[in-house]
Amino acid sequence: MITLGHYLVVSGMLFALGLAGVIARRNILIVYMCLEMMLSAANLALVGFSRFHLVNGLPDYTAQSLVFFTITVAAAEVAVGLAIIVALFRTKQSVDVESVTKLQG
Amino acid sequence: MPPLLFYLLALITLGFGFMVVTGRNPVSCALSLAACFVGLASLFLSLDAYFIGVIQILVYAGAVMVLFLFIIMLLDIKAEEGKKLSLAPIISGVLIAVLLVLQIITVVSRADIAKKSSANTPLALTEAAGKMGRAALPTITNDLKEGTLPDAKLIGFTLFDQYGFHLQVVGLLLLVGTIGVVVLSKRERSSAP
Repeated sequence: MITLGHYLVVSGMLFALGLAGVIARRNILIVYMCLEMMLSAANLALVGFSRFHLVNGLPDYTAQSLVFFTITVAAAEVAVGLAIIVALFRTKQSVDVESVTKLQG
Repeated sequence: MPPLLFYLLALITLGFGFMVVTGRNPVSCALSLAACFVGLASLFLSLDAYFIGVIQILVYAGAVMVLFLFIIMLLDIKAEEGKKLSLAPIISGVLIAVLLVLQIITVVSRADIAKKSSANTPLALTEAAGKMGRAALPTITNDLKEGTLPDAKLIGFTLFDQYGFHLQVVGLLLLVGTIGVVVLSKRERSSAP
């Protein structure tokens, strides 16, 4: 029997994987991919709650609208973030996060 | 949904997610992430969220991953073979991730809402047809009476009925994002001869 709890645990594990990647990796592109993974994990929890919170016998479509907005914002965020990474690569010739220390005192 | 299928899809999602975090080559990381998103989209489909599942494949596995691969090939990034790993960030990352998962499992195992399954909260499609209120459009109620879930129509109704303003704000956000990308990627013309 697959319950909401199973989906929530999978979502939490995917989020934790992304978090570990963001902390441990030094390639800025892979850090960014892990961020995308964390966003999707949050979407999975939202869709799970939407399916198991019935409104008049149908899934709660407010939650799925929120997922729709999240996906749209994530797409815009990827475009801007990758443009920033390209601009960073032009000045530093590197995608290592430790090469960017200008704001360090 | 058969439990075996759920475990298979969860294994695909988490396995490819693990390969994104541990992979050394950025291209293989990006391809693993695409596979991870496809697994996640099939989990959405298993939750009766067909529209969100299709959007997940189109936007994430399609557009976003192509953008990532395009940038990886544009920048010509080599795999980080020679560099030695620094141990402190890896240990702290794994530790925080394990703590977070344990915390979530503890909370989920004690919450009553987590015991809901598709067996004890089934969708009542034909009964819902009579209780649609403002959403009682003929196309939606006919689908419900036939016993199919008009997923995209219901999301569309929710978006345009309740969140029309938010939809326009998101459209403005996409416009601002487009302008931002053009400004950021414009090469500054050097004034020196």
